[in-house]
Amino acid sequence: MNLSANARRATLAFMLIAIMLVAVGVIQSWAVMLTIFNLCLISSIMALGVNIQWGYAGLFNVGTMGFAALGGVAAMLVSQEPVIAAWHAGGWKLLLSFVSLVLVIFLVAILYRKIKKGPLRQLAITGALVLGYFLFRAFFDPASEAIEAIDPAVAGYLGGMGLPILLSWIAGGVLAAGAAWIIGRIALGLRSDYLAIATLGISEIIIAFIKNEDWLTRGVKNVTGLKRPVPYEIDLQKTDWFINLVESLNHGTLSEFGVDDRSAMLGQMVIEASSIFVKLCYAGLFIAVLAAILALSVKALDSPWGRMMRAIRDNEVAADAMGKNVTRRHLQVFVLGSAVVGLAGAMLTTLDGQLTPGTYQPLRFTFLIWVMVIVGGSGNNLGAVLGGFLIWLVWIEAEPVGVWLIDNLTAGLGETSPVRLHLMETAQHMRVLVMGLVLLTVMRFHPEGILPEVVKREEGD
Amino acid sequence: MDILNALVLLFNYVIVPSVAYGSQLALGALGVTLVYGTLRFANFAHGELMAFGAMITILCTWWLQSLGVSIAPLPTALLALGPAIAVTVAIVLITDRTIYRFYREKRSAPAIYIIASIGVMFVMNGLIRFIIGPGDRAFGDGQRYIIKARDFRDMTGLSEGLGIKTSQGITVLVTLFLVAALFWFLQKTRTGKSMRAYADNRDLALLSGINPERVVMYSWIITAVLATIAGALYGLDKSFKPFTYLQLLLPLFAAAIVGGIGKPVGAIVGGFVIAFSEVTITYPYKKFLTYLMPEGMQPSGLVQLLSTDYKFAVSFIILVIVLMVRPTGIMKGKTV
Repeated sequence: MNLSANARRATLAFMLIAIMLVAVGVIQSWAVMLTIFNLCLISSIMALGVNIQWGYAGLFNVGTMGFAALGGVAAMLVSQEPVIAAWHAGGWKLLLSFVSLVLVIFLVAILYRKIKKGPLRQLAITGALVLGYFLFRAFFDPASEAIEAIDPAVAGYLGGMGLPILLSWIAGGVLAAGAAWIIGRIALGLRSDYLAIATLGISEIIIAFIKNEDWLTRGVKNVTGLKRPVPYEIDLQKTDWFINLVESLNHGTLSEFGVDDRSAMLGQMVIEASSIFVKLCYAGLFIAVLAAILALSVKALDSPWGRMMRAIRDNEVAADAMGKNVTRRHLQVFVLGSAVVGLAGAMLTTLDGQLTPGTYQPLRFTFLIWVMVIVGGSGNNLGAVLGGFLIWLVWIEAEPVGVWLIDNLTAGLGETSPVRLHLMETAQHMRVLVMGLVLLTVMRFHPEGILPEVVKREEGD
Repeated sequence: MDILNALVLLFNYVIVPSVAYGSQLALGALGVTLVYGTLRFANFAHGELMAFGAMITILCTWWLQSLGVSIAPLPTALLALGPAIAVTVAIVLITDRTIYRFYREKRSAPAIYIIASIGVMFVMNGLIRFIIGPGDRAFGDGQRYIIKARDFRDMTGLSEGLGIKTSQGITVLVTLFLVAALFWFLQKTRTGKSMRAYADNRDLALLSGINPERVVMYSWIITAVLATIAGALYGLDKSFKPFTYLQLLLPLFAAAIVGGIGKPVGAIVGGFVIAFSEVTITYPYKKFLTYLMPEGMQPSGLVQLLSTDYKFAVSFIILVIVLMVRPTGIMKGKTV
């Protein structure tokens, strides 16, 4: 596949998506369209992260959900105000429990080095671990209990750092990268299918942690009302310049009404416009991030580093023989990709305005992102973005379209037919089925995806 | 007396549930291992396959119940297993024909198979939600308990009761029967031997004239039978909720790998190892210790090593330890 054919195809595909989005705007509403569009942007960034791991280096990471959730936690931890009372109640003990944890790890490391391999070492290490566990629990249990007792209806956790939430996007990336570094050190030696299972497990553990450690994240009680990087609708509706802007934009429509209707009409318009304006602000921020990451990804893949990655992916043994440090490069690319997913996770939580640990489902946060990468074209950055847009659109719109389809198809059965009622009720689940069929079809008939990987050659192609 | 009470308590809350859960995991993990042995990939759709089998069982059960068929005190679901297995086998064979065979002919990398199995997972998940919906479904009938906790207390005069659910008893008996049948099949029949040969050394098996398609077909059939029964038993024992089966994927993989992937014995051992670890580590021992400790020294907390919500972490940690210490698993399965 040469470059220009790919470019043509990309233009066509993105134009198609634009048309679909406009159709959503016209048929449903512009607010819905912008909501979908913002999530498309975030999905694209997540897909870019997975593409860095799978497309560049062939790493099979099925733990996207965990990294996205870590990003979400970072968003909360950076932006929420600290709960001072909780820190007073249990902060020190909590700190002590972590100090004891670190000490135990040190102790185990020392024992591991000092004692020769054999039953004695195993006994000593097991003893140290058991002791350490009880020491940790002795500090940790009262601390977490004390923290969770502080104002449990609204707080019951330590809170965050009270910084602007935009900083959390970076923090989310860093947190996810740190976790990925630890996980990578343990799991990257595994073969592809074991790596997949290992990352799947780790992501489940991360979610279990976030759901249960109430002192840190409030668990399933959720943290709501996160800070925003953009203005609030309520404030906008009282701001003069905004009202004037709406008035001048809708001058034509407004002039048809009488004086009395006019102000009511304007109020309605301002409310609608404020919601759209906020969404546009988010979209602007997201587009900037996406553009930056996309540009960096493209640059990286075109560089000698990118070529090396592809070489490692396609033939590890040969790359190793050429003196490339395969393990190091795998770790590097694993950390990078996870950081991008973490960043997107922080953005998603910012957009939602709340951290809801119960909503992280592997189907939506791991496997769906994989569908995006595969359908878009693994190894192609623009392809990942395209996949993110397309698949998210299909995922969201499959429901209304499915309901509409079933409504029309079963209209002949009569309003109260049980088959019809059951189908109407379950129509929303069509999208899972559709996703599977899309993935299987692409894998079978067009495994390189919509935008295949571009391999540039200097000459003699 | 206190010691007896403590033992009964342990039996009631740890051992009996672990044995039942372990049997269900073992049946599921056997399927994972069989597919791995002959097709060489980790089947991510296996949890959904179990859910699918369970769903068909439920539909058949409802149908039988509506006809008034009953084999009380046994649950009607046992009768429904027959048609459910037939349907699931058919589905699995169709899946293999339409999807996996293509990659087999192309000799694709394991990762490609896994992605394809993720596609199958989506489709099955969608079908299940579409047909039966995402909610809880009860389909157990017949007598609920073999021994009720109260009867046990009245009988023995102990203060702790031991209850054994019919579903738990059935699970264990069915598992014993299936495992015996499977091993007989693998050890004694010609097809079984060719399957083992194929799993051990594919090229050698091909050279000695074994038909790979036949081996693969038999693996899928057995996998579907086991998955349907495991899924139905799990649903009967706990309750049928489609999304719990997706969460079973991790313990299933852990069981198969811990035991030594590709080795049927390993899957069974692994299933019980995982089940017992999950239950023992997340069980609060407060009451148990209260019986055993002298007065005044009794624990005040729950004495729970890990909260129940971390049960997935348990299977995963065991998995990681085994992979690091003994990558081939307990039973020396395929090398990593």
